Amino acid sequence: MKELRDKKVIRGLLYEIENRTQALSSSPRIMEVCGTHTMTVHKYGLKNMLEKAGVEMVSGPGCPVCITPNEIHEAAIELVTENENFILTTFGDMTRVPTRKSSLQKAVPAAGSMVKIVYSPRESLEIARSNPEKQVVFFGVGFETTIPAIALTLREAFEKNLANFSILSALWIIPPPLRAIVEAKEIAIDGFLYPGHVSAIIGEKPYQFIAEEYGIPGAIAGFEPSDILLGISSILDQIKEGKATVANEYSRVVRASGNPKALAVMEEMLETKDSYWRGLGLIPQSGLKIKKRYSACDAEIRFNLSIKGGSGDLPGCRCGDVLQGLISPPQCPLFVEKCNPDSPYGPCMVSFEGACFVYYKFNPTLKNKL
Amino acid sequence: MCLGIPARVVQIDESDLGKVDYLGTRVKTNFALLENIKVGDWVIVHAGFAISKLNEEEARETFSLLREMAEKEAAVDDNKGNKKQNKRKNG
Ligand code: SF4
Repeated sequence: MKELRDKKVIRGLLYEIENRTQALSSSPRIMEVCGTHTMTVHKYGLKNMLEKAGVEMVSGPGCPVCITPNEIHEAAIELVTENENFILTTFGDMTRVPTRKSSLQKAVPAAGSMVKIVYSPRESLEIARSNPEKQVVFFGVGFETTIPAIALTLREAFEKNLANFSILSALWIIPPPLRAIVEAKEIAIDGFLYPGHVSAIIGEKPYQFIAEEYGIPGAIAGFEPSDILLGISSILDQIKEGKATVANEYSRVVRASGNPKALAVMEEMLETKDSYWRGLGLIPQSGLKIKKRYSACDAEIRFNLSIKGGSGDLPGCRCGDVLQGLISPPQCPLFVEKCNPDSPYGPCMVSFEGACFVYYKFNPTLKNKL
Repeated sequence: MCLGIPARVVQIDESDLGKVDYLGTRVKTNFALLENIKVGDWVIVHAGFAISKLNEEEARETFSLLREMAEKEAAVDDNKGNKKQNKRKNG
C-alpha cells in the first residue's frame, strides 16, 4: 500500500497530469466534492503541486457538519437546554458548531441533561439501555457513508422496542447538490472528483446524470494522494477525448452497484425529502427522513420540533459561499483573525473536513498572523 | 466525516458483531452491512460499521499501475536533472 503515498509515484502522476493539461487550451477547474478529499489535497501539498501542473482544485459541499443548517443545530441545543433528563448523543464535530443559540458544547443543559459524544451511532443504543429513566436522542448527521449505520441503528431500536430512544436526523445525499451547483452556473466546473466512501454505498450510477445531461467528466477516487491524482488524470483524459463518464479509480473499495445491503436498509427505514443545505438552499429530494412507520423513533415528531427552512447563518460568515466553491476560505474577511480552529465562527472552521479548517491547518504561515 | 479506515477482520461473533485490527489496535465493529465476511478479510470501517470489503485483486492492479508511474518518473527525473544542470551552466 506504500505506493499510495510514495513521492516517486506522486511525482510520476503529476508529470502525467501536466502532460495532459499542456494539451488543453485553459486550466481545468476540478471540484473535490468530499471534505475528506479536501483534507488529503491540502495535507500532502497537492493543491499547490496541481496548480503548478495546471489544474485548479475547488472544494465542494462534502462536509455534512458544514452543510447542516443552523436551524437543525439549534433544535438540538434546545432539546438539551429546555428538557430535563435528556441525553443528546452526537459525533464530536457537531458539538462545536456555533449558532445563534451558542453551541452544544457551550450551552448549559437542563437539570439531569447532558451532551455525550459518540464514535458510532450504536453507542447511543447502549446509552439508552443503561439510562431507562432518561430520553436519549442521537443527533445523527451524515452522507451516504454514514446513513446506513444510522438506519441500522434505527432498525435495531425499533425492533427492540427501545422506548426512550429517538433520532434527530440531518441526513444528506450527495448527487442532488451537484446538480444544484451545475444548474446555478455561478461557477464553471470542468470535472468532479466523486467521494470514494459515499460511492462505496451508492455505486457509480447516481452520478451518471452529470456526465449524460451536462457532459461533465468525473471520477470516483480514494483518499490517498495517489488515489486523488489517479482520479484527476482520468478526468483530464475524458476532457481531452471530449467525452464524459463516471470513471471508478477506487475499484478496490467501490463496486459499480455500490453496497446492496446498505442500500436496502436505507430504503427500508428512510425516504427522500426536499432539504435545505447551508449555502445551497432548498434542494429537491436531497435529504432523507425517517419513514412514517418508524416515527416513534423520530425525534422531530416525538418532541414536536418545528425546524424552519433556511440556514440561519451567523452574520458575516461566508461558509455558504465556501461550500459552493464560490470563494476560497482566505477570501472570507473573518478568516484567521476572527475565525480560527480555537475559536470558530462558522462550521467550516469546526469540522476536520471543513474547507476553512483544512486551509488553516495546512498553511503554517497563517498562524503567525494571529 | 466520511473518513473510513482500512482494517483487517480478526474476530466475528454472532449477530454480525466482531473486531478489526487497525494498526495493532482491536476495534469493535459491526459487520451487518456486508455479506460473507471472514476473519482475515480487509474492510473499510466507518463509524463502527464495516461499509465495504476490499477487493484484493483490484488493489494489486492499482498498486502495480502506480509502481509503473514511479518508474516512468525516475526516467523523466533523470532527463530533468540533466536539463537543470545545463540551465545552471548557461545561467
Ligand atoms: S472563515 Fe469562518 S466565518 Fe468565514 S467562511 Fe470560514 S468558517 Fe465561515
